[in-house]
Amino acid sequence: MIASAQTPALRRFLGLLPALAVIGLFMLVPVAIMALYSFLEANPFGGIVWRFSPEAYVQFLFERDLADNLVFQSGYLIIILRSLGLAVLATILCLIVGFPIAYFIARQPARHRNIWIYLITIPFWTNQLVRTFAWIIILGRNGTIELPFRWLGILGADDTLGLMYTDFAIVIGLIYAFIPIMVLPIYASLEKLDFRLVEASADLYSSTFETFRRVIIPLAKPGIVAGSILVFIPCLGAFIQPDLLGGGKKLMLGSLVQFQFATARNWPFGAAVAMILLAFVVLCLLWYAQAARRAGAQSGALAHA
Amino acid sequence: MERKTAIDVAGVVKRFGHGPAGVVALKDVSLTIRDNEFFTLLGPSGCGKTTLLRILAGFEAVSDGAVSLYGENIAGLPANRRSVNTVFQHYALFPHMTVAENVAYGPQRLRRPAKEIAETVARMLQLVKMEKFAERRPAQLSGGQQQRVALARALAPHPKVLLLDEPLSALDLKLRQAMRAELKQLQRATGITFVFVTHDQEEALSMSDRIAVMSEGEVQQIGTPAEIYEYPANRFVASFIGDANFITAEIDGIIDGVASCRSARGLSFTLAAAPGGKPGDRVTLFLRPEKVRMEAPGDAGLAGRIQTMEYLGQSIFYQVDIGEDAPLIVAGRNRDDGGTPYKTGDRVSLIIGADALRMLAA
Repeated sequence: MIASAQTPALRRFLGLLPALAVIGLFMLVPVAIMALYSFLEANPFGGIVWRFSPEAYVQFLFERDLADNLVFQSGYLIIILRSLGLAVLATILCLIVGFPIAYFIARQPARHRNIWIYLITIPFWTNQLVRTFAWIIILGRNGTIELPFRWLGILGADDTLGLMYTDFAIVIGLIYAFIPIMVLPIYASLEKLDFRLVEASADLYSSTFETFRRVIIPLAKPGIVAGSILVFIPCLGAFIQPDLLGGGKKLMLGSLVQFQFATARNWPFGAAVAMILLAFVVLCLLWYAQAARRAGAQSGALAHA
Repeated sequence: MERKTAIDVAGVVKRFGHGPAGVVALKDVSLTIRDNEFFTLLGPSGCGKTTLLRILAGFEAVSDGAVSLYGENIAGLPANRRSVNTVFQHYALFPHMTVAENVAYGPQRLRRPAKEIAETVARMLQLVKMEKFAERRPAQLSGGQQQRVALARALAPHPKVLLLDEPLSALDLKLRQAMRAELKQLQRATGITFVFVTHDQEEALSMSDRIAVMSEGEVQQIGTPAEIYEYPANRFVASFIGDANFITAEIDGIIDGVASCRSARGLSFTLAAAPGGKPGDRVTLFLRPEKVRMEAPGDAGLAGRIQTMEYLGQSIFYQVDIGEDAPLIVAGRNRDDGGTPYKTGDRVSLIIGADALRMLAA
C-alpha cells in the first residue's frame, strides 16, 4: 500500500478525491435521485409513491381523457419549443451585443482592461432576482420607458406600450442576466489574438469586413463557442425571467420544473422535465466536445503529415 | 543609370500624441527609392525607420509631407488599397490557416481567378523552397520556415514594393547569414523593389543597393554601402557603421585642398580638406581601425604603445596609446603567417595610408 501510494496515478487520484467527492455527492447523487423520481408515481399530496411508472414522460405529449384514452396535447411541447427558441434568440443577441464589448475591451491598453472587466462583472454582485425586478420598473406600466410616451400622450388605447409579460421582456431579462458570461470567454480569446494579424490582413488587401470575417472571427471562435454554450444552457433552464418578466404566463422549461415541484406538487413530472432539460444540455456539451475533438484531430493529423 | 522612381518621400513629419507629451518620430524626412532597388533603412531602435516603413505600408498616416508610389500620391490610401506588401518582424502568419492558405490570402482578396491563385501559390512556395510544407500550419514550422512563408505570402500578390521589417532579427546567426544571400537573390529574381528595415549594419551592407542611415527621426546619409562606409557624412554615421577612431584637431592651413591639422596633443596630420573647411576650424578626423598598418618601431609613422589586445579569431583589435586622450584602435588581420606578432606593452609604429584619414564635416 505504501509503495503503491507513491505511483503518480494514485497520488493524482488521492489529490482529486475531495473534488470528486463533492461533485459526486452534490451533483451526481441529486441527478440520480431526479432520474429515479421521474420514473415513479406521483403522490397527489406531494412527494412520490414508490411504484414504477412512465406516466411522467407520457404526460409530456398526451393527456388522458375521461375514458382514460391517451390524447395528444401540445402544451408542453410548445413550452420546450418556446424555451429552445427564446434561449437561442437570447444567445444570438448576447453574442451580437457581447462580441463588440469584448473586442472593445481587448483593444484597450493593457492597464485599462482589468477595469473594464471589473465593470462587466459588477452586476454579479447583486442578487439576480433583484436585478430582474429592476427590469419590471424599466419595462412595466408607468415604467422608465413608458414615461416619455405618457407625457407625449401617444400611448395606445390600453394606456400602455405592453412591453411587460411578453417574450420580448423575457429575452431582455435573459440577455441582461447572462451577457457577462458571453463577454468573458470571447474577451479571453480576443485578448490572445495578435492584432498584428489584423494589420497583416489589411496589408494583403482585406477590407475591414473581410479581416473580421476571415481573421478575427475564426481566431475568436473558441471563445464564441464557449460563451454561446455558457449562455444557452442557463437560458434554457431559466425560471426567474419567465416568472417575473413573462408574468408566469409564458412558461419555459425551468419555470415548468419549478412549478411542478413547488406548486403543482407533481414531483415525477417535474423530475421528468428536468431530465429533458438535462438531455438538451448534455447534447450541447457532446456537440461541443465533438467539435473540439475534430479540431484537435485535424491539427494532430497535420502534425504527422 | 537613370531609373524610374518607386517611392518618393517628401518632407514627411510624423508626430505621435499632441502637445508637450507628443513625440516626433520623423522630422522632415525626404528620400527617393528607385525602381527595382534593394533599399535599406538603417538605424538604431527609435530612429524612426519602422515608423517610416509603417507609413509606406499605410498603417500610419503622415502628420505632414507627401508619399508617392510610382508617381501616385498614396498619403490618403488605406493599407488594403496599396500595391505594397509587408514581411512583418514576427511574420504575423495566420495561425488558423495552412501555409498554402496563408500564401493564397492576398491573391484571393484581389479576386484573382482560382486557377491563377493555385499557380501563384505553387510558384511562390517553390521560390522559397517550402513546397513540401503547403499543408502545414505555421505553429508546425521552425522560425526560418515561417520566415520563408511570410516572404512567399507577401510576394504572392506581386506587389510593386515589398517592405521588410527586420525580418531576420528573430533567426539565429547562421540562418540569418544564409537568408541574406537568399533575400538578395529573391529580389533579383522577382524584380520587385525591396525596402528593408534593420538595425544590423552587416545586414545592411551585405544586401543593399543603397542605404539610408537614420537617427532620431532624421536621415543622416543616403548612399551605397561603400559610400556610407568609406565616406560617412558625419560622426554618427561613422560610428554606427563599423568601428571608427575619432581625433579632434584644428586646421593649421589648406594648400590645394590638402589640409594640415594639429591635434590637441600636438600630433600633426595631412589629409584632404572637407568642403568649406578653413584654417582655424576645429574638425573631427576619422580613421577605420583596419586602415592602419602596424609595424615594428621605426622612423616612419606614428609612435605608440599597445595598451590592450582583443583577440577575435579572424582579427585582433589593439588599443594603441598615441598620446591622445583616447587610444587609437587598430585592427590586425589574423594571416597565415600566424599568431599575434605583437603583445601588450610593445612599442609600435602606425602607418596610416594617405587616403585613410578623413575629415568629417562638423
